[in-house]
Amino acid sequence: MLSVLGQVSGGPAVAHGKLLFRPIGPELILVGVALAVMLLDAGYPERHHATLALLSLAGLAAAAAYSLSLWSWTGPTTVLGGMVAADRFTVFFRLVILGVAALAVLLSYQYLERADEVRGEYYPLLLFATAGMTLITAAADLIVVFLALEVLSLSLYLLTGFSFRRLASAEASMKYFLLGAFSSAFFLYGIALAYGATGTTNLAGIAHGLTGQVGPLSLALAASGLLAVGFGFKVAAVPFHMWAPDAYQGAPTCVTAFMSAGTKVAAFAAFLRVFDVAFSPLIWDWKPFVWILAALTMVVGSVLAIAQSDVKRMLAYSSVAHAGFILVGVTAASHAGIQAAMFYLAVYPAMILGAFGVVMVVSGRGERGLTLSSYAGLARRSPLVAAVLALLLLSLAGIPPTAGFIAKVAVFTAAIQSGHWPLALVGVLASVVAAFFYLRVIVLMYMQEPVIAGGQREAETGFDAEPGAVGSLGFVAIAVPALLTLIFGVFPGILFGVLKSASIIRF
Amino acid sequence: MTTGYVPILILAAMAGAFAVLSLAASALLRPKHPLPAKSAPYECGIEPIRLPQSERFPVKFYVVAMLFIIFDIETIFLFPWAVAFRSLGLFGLVEMIVFIGLVFVAYVYVWQKGGLEWEKPEQARRELSARFVPLPPSVERSPGDRITREPAAVESGAG
Amino acid sequence: MRTPISYFLLMSVLLFTIGTVGVLVRKNALVIFMSVELQLNAVNLALVAFSRQHGNLTGQVLAFFSMVVAAAEVVVGLAIIVSLYRKRRSANVDDASLLRG
Repeated sequence: MLSVLGQVSGGPAVAHGKLLFRPIGPELILVGVALAVMLLDAGYPERHHATLALLSLAGLAAAAAYSLSLWSWTGPTTVLGGMVAADRFTVFFRLVILGVAALAVLLSYQYLERADEVRGEYYPLLLFATAGMTLITAAADLIVVFLALEVLSLSLYLLTGFSFRRLASAEASMKYFLLGAFSSAFFLYGIALAYGATGTTNLAGIAHGLTGQVGPLSLALAASGLLAVGFGFKVAAVPFHMWAPDAYQGAPTCVTAFMSAGTKVAAFAAFLRVFDVAFSPLIWDWKPFVWILAALTMVVGSVLAIAQSDVKRMLAYSSVAHAGFILVGVTAASHAGIQAAMFYLAVYPAMILGAFGVVMVVSGRGERGLTLSSYAGLARRSPLVAAVLALLLLSLAGIPPTAGFIAKVAVFTAAIQSGHWPLALVGVLASVVAAFFYLRVIVLMYMQEPVIAGGQREAETGFDAEPGAVGSLGFVAIAVPALLTLIFGVFPGILFGVLKSASIIRF
Repeated sequence: MTTGYVPILILAAMAGAFAVLSLAASALLRPKHPLPAKSAPYECGIEPIRLPQSERFPVKFYVVAMLFIIFDIETIFLFPWAVAFRSLGLFGLVEMIVFIGLVFVAYVYVWQKGGLEWEKPEQARRELSARFVPLPPSVERSPGDRITREPAAVESGAG
Repeated sequence: MRTPISYFLLMSVLLFTIGTVGVLVRKNALVIFMSVELQLNAVNLALVAFSRQHGNLTGQVLAFFSMVVAAAEVVVGLAIIVSLYRKRRSANVDDASLLRG
């Protein structure tokens, strides 16, 4: 369809032989595997959970390998009639998202088995959502941004309500859906106005059209505002964050882990491309708006997280706060800012996915033991899991030597370099507030006795101290992110070296 | 730079004023004769009120409606192709075959999952056999009314 | 005489605002959802108007896509709302109060 679109929409006349499908190869692989898994499940309805999960993992691995081969792409920077960009920025984000999805598959396998929710639709939906996420990072046209956003959102609405027998899951799904559809309408209106202002939906065309324009820019200004609202919803920035705590709390924990990490990366990749590049001629108009959005998000997210007694809800607010920290990098809008935001977006998914993974492992079967008090004395019952969670929480709090610290330093430095030192100050203060509730959990785990007597404890938390209860898949899925936060915290140069060329956005 | 915002503000104010004014005008001008039937939110569809827990909810209609919408709307993409059919040539044909192939995959999936069956085969058989059990003697019968009993009688009769 | 584009735009903004107000004030999930659909249709009107103004087809193509996306949203949304309704016997969003904090 994309290529037909390129023809119809009056883009540069491309000879049919020159349509290059290679840059969207990863998406084609993902969708193909998703369809295969879907048909396999429909044709052979007997239980074969492992086959479906393995096939999905293989698809993700193939897509990742294919993305990696695009790192040395030397063809045109946009393909398919200017619809899709083929730059290293895309490759970088694709790999992050595919990694997130692979870990999510591991978590999901264990979750679905234990909660007895095995239904074949799960993996196709996960793969479709992943395809939407990777496509949005490559979108060089607002039409593709919108379509990819919808592909990932629609799949995630359904995944959120996947345990529909549990009322909380169905409710979370409805809230997420209604607010998500509402935000999509704003986003689409923004696209329509951007098209009205410049006569094109192509990002390069928009940047070109805005640079040359001398008359009133009302339409373009309204467009950038509406697009910012749409992105604000998707990344859960205050005041558009209302859906996030409910959706994160009600969704199956493995889905929460996936969407808290994946959606944010995908939406921010598009945010960076649309705002820091396409709308860069209007930078002084949208900057104050995003500045306020960033400050509010950091402060409100951190403060509200303190008041939560449910672990998933606390982590949801923490993920709201982290959206604010990444927005600081977006606001800086310099090369350093983009680089810092990208570093943040590479390590943040590891931290949040790992943290939700630990929550899933600790709650055992289904959704039990989600109160903060059930983490009391976890270090005694399961030292390894407690250590992993402690490391991830330290990283989320931004304490050295973890990757979270480097990421925060990078975004604040970029903000100060761009002259936004008040924003950096707000960020530092918010981090201090946020450190409180992260450290509270660590104190609970290490320095307090379990509040409930021995016999009841297991029933309450659904988790017994034996290492086998963690499950080897679940353990891999939480140990890998923890290791990554440590590696990138001690040797951040590895990632920054990659980012040197990946942070150049071209189309 | 700030002058650019003035038209936006004016437009937003006008839009807001229109919404408020039209709602206020209709509230002030309309005759008010509330009847229960008029106060009901819809003349058709679901009543957005609590129903007794035992009430059955026919979800089949929704499934059919959903499937209809999704397959119906896919034809939208056939129209632009039809308009530009000649200029797109073989390439367009191949693209549309791929597209229709994808829709076909969805169709196969729905078919295999039983989304196209009004009721599941074994369920239909059970209901059918429940309808044709002999009537208890107390029920008056006339020729050909074997399937016209109340549902409650079926339950007690079928045991 | 050609109708000025601003008329279409004004109409589109009005429809979009009515939809937005509808989402914000109504309590029934289905009505909220209908308001969202109204917003999407307002966008389609704007897109087609702009398409005519600029004399290219991008806007109309995007309107096609937005219609298909809207249909997909209807299907997913109805499924979610119906499944919640079957459990709770109410489509009122204020009754969905399990998740608080």
